[in-house]
Amino acid sequence: MDTISVGPPRAGVGGDLADPRFWAAGAISTTIVMLIVLAFLTVDSLSVITAGGRNVPAYDVINRHIGYEFNWARHRDVPVIGGLEPLFGQTVTEAEAAALMEKGKLVIQSRACMDCHTFFGNGAYYAPDLTKSWLDPAWENIWMPMTGKATREAAMVEFLMHPDQYPTWNRRMPNLHLTEEEARATVAYLKWVSSVDTNGFPANFRTTKPDHAKQP
Amino acid sequence: MYRSQRLSLRYYTAAITLFGVMILFGLLSALYYVFPSMLFEVLNFSTSKILHIDTLVIWLLMAFLGAVYWYLPQELEHEVVGIRLAEATFWVFCAVVAVVAVVFLVVQIGDSTAFTLWFINQGRKYVEAPRWASIGVVVVMGVFAYNVVATCVKARRMTGVTWVLVLDLIPLLAVYMDAFPADENMSRDLYWWWWLVHMWVESTWEVLIGCIMAMVLMDVMGTSRRIVETWLYIEVMLVLGAGILGLGHHYFWIGTPEYWLSIGGFFSALEPLPLLGMVVHAVYDAGEHRLRTVNRPAFFWITTEAFLNFIGAGVWGFMMTLPQINLFSHGTQWTVSHGHFAFYGAYVCGVIAVFYVAKQKTSGVACLDDRFWKWGYGLLNIGMVGMVMGLLLAGITQAFYGRAIGGSTLMAFTQVSENPWFLSGIWARLLFGIVFAAGYVALVYDLLRKPRSNAVGAGEIAGAAT
Repeated sequence: MDTISVGPPRAGVGGDLADPRFWAAGAISTTIVMLIVLAFLTVDSLSVITAGGRNVPAYDVINRHIGYEFNWARHRDVPVIGGLEPLFGQTVTEAEAAALMEKGKLVIQSRACMDCHTFFGNGAYYAPDLTKSWLDPAWENIWMPMTGKATREAAMVEFLMHPDQYPTWNRRMPNLHLTEEEARATVAYLKWVSSVDTNGFPANFRTTKPDHAKQP
Repeated sequence: MYRSQRLSLRYYTAAITLFGVMILFGLLSALYYVFPSMLFEVLNFSTSKILHIDTLVIWLLMAFLGAVYWYLPQELEHEVVGIRLAEATFWVFCAVVAVVAVVFLVVQIGDSTAFTLWFINQGRKYVEAPRWASIGVVVVMGVFAYNVVATCVKARRMTGVTWVLVLDLIPLLAVYMDAFPADENMSRDLYWWWWLVHMWVESTWEVLIGCIMAMVLMDVMGTSRRIVETWLYIEVMLVLGAGILGLGHHYFWIGTPEYWLSIGGFFSALEPLPLLGMVVHAVYDAGEHRLRTVNRPAFFWITTEAFLNFIGAGVWGFMMTLPQINLFSHGTQWTVSHGHFAFYGAYVCGVIAVFYVAKQKTSGVACLDDRFWKWGYGLLNIGMVGMVMGLLLAGITQAFYGRAIGGSTLMAFTQVSENPWFLSGIWARLLFGIVFAAGYVALVYDLLRKPRSNAVGAGEIAGAAT
């Protein structure tokens, strides 16, 4: 069993291409350089995606109207934060909004939502993507009339608590036994998620109001 | 035979068993797509899916541990230090997996409390296992890492392959710590989650299987150590050189800055390079040895590994990795097609080769070449390629009609789920899934049966290695 070559290095700046040690050095240096670059990019990215950062609004954005419109300068769909439109008609403080998000995320993890649905396209692929679900026209067109509720959020709470009673098509959502508090936190979470700038994903999404693709 | 190699046989047995469980829940998950009301509110799709993908991770991990415990003493000519500890943690590992599986099947979900995350389900894809079980995995991996390092120290011997292996253990363990957090911010949660999923699957596991394949090549083809190690370093350089920033292809749409579109697109487009290198290596090496080998099934599975890793991970990944395409393909069955092909090509084929190495060594035949192994080989490969093509058809249909035209709304998703192109792809996946399952049965049967000592034709292919 011969081990790694231990002879003297051959002439030439890069060494001998057939010498394993040349490639070992290449592997180590490449990895270190890439890790350093990744570390810098991570510091920058985290500042952008922390709530209140450039792409991810603070949690109290749920007090506002959220739209999703085509931006001709960036040539992609971007979330548009509008005027006051408090969720369930109640303005919440930043701390209350943060508590709702923590609860909402716990609901999403404890019910394994992402093993059927996707967020930002990540998860399972058995049920619809939830990135812009807050803006889905189906809430107004189908669920509000079907549940008899007057607002989008009330219809969402009703659906989330009793999905088995509102069959959609042949793939149905099972009843995951959400309490009303859990359902409301989930709705708040979905509203916040829809405000995240996702570089235009999903494309061509038709929002509740037909404000899509207006050229200035 | 080293004691450590007997332990690795136990790991292989557990891995093959879980491979079967994975296929079982894969078939079940495929059935939901064609019979959506099946087991409604008894065993929902999500639970079946969790068992399918979590057993995938665990059985491959067990096979890797087994392969390292097999080759380490052989490589270092020294019994594994802490072998008793390793034997004990094997049973811990099995017990943890069994308890988690029962909890997933029976309890399934919990309330929105920390208790659920600790004891029932963490609800994060691939790492749904509750936290206590994740701690168990850390302990098992910690003991494994200790054993590898301690054996190197005790043996006072390092080879190039063991150096790579030891260094790879650090990120392998470090990124697994991402299995624990429950960040309320979905963007940040996914940012770190991809460090775990990508860095395991597209970096550290690739390096680990590279080490294992290097040792298998020396074993079954008698390739010289110098060549194998040179290739291993080149592969590590390319895998990590492209793969570390290739992480960026998961950062296109999660809220991260726009520069990831360029960085992720560019570096992930380079990711097929090392895989192409492996194909060149395998073809050249097989040709130089005039296809002579002492272990024909292992040799075929290794060559298949090289090709399907390149096609499944490389070509299938490249096809959808540029942001202009990924905007529409992301999160459809297209992803699923790539996922199946990549895991199969990159890991499953290699691991099966390792099983055949163990079969030859334990049965003591000089040359392993029965006829029957071809059944498993053929059915598994045909089954996988058929599933991948079916899923690709379904995925492209979703990208066209559900995403580009429909705009990803609930109605668009619903309508495309009824599209005949989509449905035919989904049916094809189910039928080829059954073929794959038949291949699994043939594989297990062949691994368990006694080899005929030096079958027909053995004379001409024997006497190649070592």
